[in-house]
Amino acid sequence: MSGPVNDALPSARPGVGWLWRMAWRDSRRSRSRLLLFLSAIVLGIAALVGINGFGDNLARSIDEQARELVGADLVLSSSQPFPSALQPTLRKLGRTRSDEVAFSSLVQFPKGEGVRLAQVRALTGGFPYYGDWVVEPAAAVATFRQASADKQRVALVDDALLVQFGAQPGDSIKVGNLTFQIAGRVRKTPGQSEFTASIAPTVFIPGALLAQTGLVQRGSRIQYRRYYQFASTINVDQLIKPLEPQFDKVNIDSDTVASRKKQTGRSFADLTRFLNLVAFVALLLGCVGVASAVSLYVREKISAVAVLRCLGASGWQALLIYLLQIALMGLLGAIIGATIGTVVQLLLPKVFAGFLPVAVSVAISWKAVAQGVLTGVLVAVLFALLPLLEIRRVSPLRTLRASYEENTKRADPLRFVVYGLIVAFITGFAYLQTREWKQALGFATGLLVAFGALAGLGYLLRRVVRRYFPSSWSYVWRQGLANLYRPNNQTITLTVSIGLGVFLLATLYLLQGLLLGRVQVAGSGNQPNLVLFDIQPQQRAGVVQLVKSRQLPVLQQVPVVTMRLAAINGRTASEFKKDSTRGVPKWAFSREYRVTYRDKLISSEKLDLGRPPSLGADGTPRISIEEGYFKRLKLKLGDTLTFNVQGLPLTTIVSGTRTVDWSRVQTNFLVVFPSGVLEAAPQFYVLMTRVPNNNVLGGVQRELVRSFPNVSAIDLGLILKTLDDILSKISFVIRFMALFSIATGLLVLISSVFVSRYQRVKESVLLRTLGASRRQILRITLVEYALLGLLAAIAGLVLSVFAGWALAIWVFEVSFVPNLGPLLILAVVTTGLTMLIGLLNSRDVLTRPPLEVLRSEAG
Amino acid sequence: MLKVENLTKSYASGGRSLTVLEAVSFELHAGDTFSIVGPSGSGKTTLLGLCAGLDRASSGSVWLNGIQLDNLNEDQRAAVRNEHVGFIFQNFQLLPTLTALENVLVPLELRGISNGTKTAQALLERVGLGGRGHHYPTQLSGGEQQRVSLARAFANQPKILFADEPTGNLDADTSATVVDLLFGLNREAGTTLVLVTHDLELAAKTQRVVRIKGGSVVSDSLTQRTAASTPAQ
Repeated sequence: MSGPVNDALPSARPGVGWLWRMAWRDSRRSRSRLLLFLSAIVLGIAALVGINGFGDNLARSIDEQARELVGADLVLSSSQPFPSALQPTLRKLGRTRSDEVAFSSLVQFPKGEGVRLAQVRALTGGFPYYGDWVVEPAAAVATFRQASADKQRVALVDDALLVQFGAQPGDSIKVGNLTFQIAGRVRKTPGQSEFTASIAPTVFIPGALLAQTGLVQRGSRIQYRRYYQFASTINVDQLIKPLEPQFDKVNIDSDTVASRKKQTGRSFADLTRFLNLVAFVALLLGCVGVASAVSLYVREKISAVAVLRCLGASGWQALLIYLLQIALMGLLGAIIGATIGTVVQLLLPKVFAGFLPVAVSVAISWKAVAQGVLTGVLVAVLFALLPLLEIRRVSPLRTLRASYEENTKRADPLRFVVYGLIVAFITGFAYLQTREWKQALGFATGLLVAFGALAGLGYLLRRVVRRYFPSSWSYVWRQGLANLYRPNNQTITLTVSIGLGVFLLATLYLLQGLLLGRVQVAGSGNQPNLVLFDIQPQQRAGVVQLVKSRQLPVLQQVPVVTMRLAAINGRTASEFKKDSTRGVPKWAFSREYRVTYRDKLISSEKLDLGRPPSLGADGTPRISIEEGYFKRLKLKLGDTLTFNVQGLPLTTIVSGTRTVDWSRVQTNFLVVFPSGVLEAAPQFYVLMTRVPNNNVLGGVQRELVRSFPNVSAIDLGLILKTLDDILSKISFVIRFMALFSIATGLLVLISSVFVSRYQRVKESVLLRTLGASRRQILRITLVEYALLGLLAAIAGLVLSVFAGWALAIWVFEVSFVPNLGPLLILAVVTTGLTMLIGLLNSRDVLTRPPLEVLRSEAG
Repeated sequence: MLKVENLTKSYASGGRSLTVLEAVSFELHAGDTFSIVGPSGSGKTTLLGLCAGLDRASSGSVWLNGIQLDNLNEDQRAAVRNEHVGFIFQNFQLLPTLTALENVLVPLELRGISNGTKTAQALLERVGLGGRGHHYPTQLSGGEQQRVSLARAFANQPKILFADEPTGNLDADTSATVVDLLFGLNREAGTTLVLVTHDLELAAKTQRVVRIKGGSVVSDSLTQRTAASTPAQ
């Protein structure tokens, strides 16, 4: 034994190369186990890459098409005609400009007598300056622009409207008192999505003919816009900055390409934020899966680690061998996930088509892919480290005594470092998704509380079962219960992983309900389905007469006055702008309020605080505020609100709040004034009725156009149908993304139960060897898993209701009414699945001879 | 080569201290062959574990090739094991995910030797498994696994070899082959051998037999082999 051995010279310790080699060699026989771990990562990363990639594409497309979205470099808009004092300034601002007056009105196709509410835009000038105004025939645009100058009666009409009434270019359309010839079919107008086009299709008429239509009257809801085009060298935001105080004073809004970019991006932030949260949930579930799959893996590797330690490998070397494997698998899982996510990302714009304001150009978002892959590896390593750290402490003594247990009483300080890193990762990730520290911290704390509560519950369960063990129960029950606290039990691991899975899924479900419920409109029963608005006071009696003459009910008739909020407790909008600590949202001052007046509450309202609206002895109106709005503005009873009622300031006192059931089809208001104050203000009436069918509807609409051309009729049925289309698109995407979480949750459940198999199989085989029947083993297993599943599921649900409530109140600012039925079903299904998977896991023990099982497990 | 002084090991069990090994002392020189015998639970495996640096004593000291193990942490002891110690186990303890050849390579690679394949292959041939290098442990019989384990134990040219019931899991015929190989390889390499066994016949093949019972040495005797064998230095 001299020759070959002598060439081996003891020198340096093995390098990284050896670690890689060992990692590779060791993985050859355990890849199926690693697959379980890999699958937990795949779906979470797929969801993440899908959503982030879509978000990137959307943001890029908005960026690229923002100019086309506005159609001009600057848009000024107001609900009042631009004041004449400001006209010289506005003229000086730029030469290339267009004017538009827009409002809703019923339009009629004389050919087929079809009537429908449309958006009328009376246009002068060359707008749109950017983007494609897709009109057929193309020459119609030139005809229309020329007509403005010549006062020719030609109109451009949205495709949706022409299709609905079977009209063609060349036919005529009646708008107010005038009949126009349809010059072209509008396929696409810059800045208008298919969605808006289908709710209120547009009719463009020459601005010069507006007055003759007779549709513009005092109190009508009209939007005045002026579009500017500038040379590309001009910085528009800088140009209008000095003018903004003047604009604010007369309630003129300005919209530039830059501000539109921001606005459009923000309006889709709610949706992408929620979808991101869904992806995050899938990823977190995957993390639980990683931790439990790796802990199973580590258990299987302990004896091999002991041999390596015995042969001279250090604790860190042993750890690194497995960490490298996990990191590589994580990388592979993340790449597969990113690939699936990229496919999902390419599909999403198709699902949302027509709903988005821009055409989303699909391109692979390498940023999202890189982020996803990096996150995948990071998650794999971080969550695998928890069980992997044990490897460092595996004693080589296990080679001599298989039953040797390391002394793990001394806490491993590195564990706390890993816990810290995980908390930092979750918080950091949540921040990246929400871009708000408060929400990110809230999210991380919530998860931590959930985790702690579940682990505590598992611990408690173990203690309680042991303390109050029912010794008089049958053998099967005693054995099943004892499994919960015997050495090597999985009670805490399973309670945490199943509970956390149920918690995340249930929270997601509640959240989905919150978001969808927010826009749901009830459209059945004896609810109104036709709303007539813009009824001028002098037309009111006539319109009521018209409705009644057709045997239709007048379900509601309310006056509406438009106004803006000028001050809260004497402090104006600009004072609030300077002091951001008050936290009054900006929109409180910028929005237009549609207000009604009456002295009592109606059936869709309930008194919350104080009193209904009334007129004070001093003549100051005591107003009633909607409860949620009251909270968002951080008001107190007795606060004064000053409104600008079309030029006149009016100070009021907040005397009460109301809860409003917004899902009822009613004219609901944020602010209600008492009678006796607003009667003389410019106003219009809204009347609600219910028509039995489309024939009656058509008749009413035709008569309205003839007798009261300025009155608009909104067919709620049509709107509900359109809304329903949009909602089903959104909920499809939400459910599709939730599917990733559910699938991951299932995988986690499987791997959690799989972990416990390692312990249970040997015990069950022993019991069988000692003569226990299959039926007994089956029932013992069922008792154990039923208890674990049920308890974890209920705990998860209770936590999710808390989380849903917190999210509803603080994040989405809506009231929280959970639908508990489906949640209970989730609890039952989870328990059933836990039992089923537990049984499937033990099927080897039940169906094969004990010896065979022992041999294969030993191998 | 191995010096054990007043070695005591006790565990806390159910609130009481349980002494499994009490004040054991002995010394071995390079090339000595030595066996520890005793009934089950007498503390012989505990003693082996302490001598090989797999565990720490409650009191007393172990010197291995002049290095005092008591003051070293687990990783330092691992380095000592890799440098000076070879192991043979009752249940072979081959790494199930590595082939026979790779198993033999591990101690070499742990020393930073990356071109040890020739050495490992030669050792496999020496134990009669030259053609089985690419087989996994599950594809080998018990005797073959123990022979791979022998090859692995000698791969890093250990100064001392610890064998825990090396034939405990083998039938009589296979045992004889493994024992012949063990002693043959040991003679060729001049390694010190420490053997734990129930098998008195096997123990008799070493130069010195220590008998322990209840954690204490009850006899320490030289066998007839002592005079005949000369350490091959």
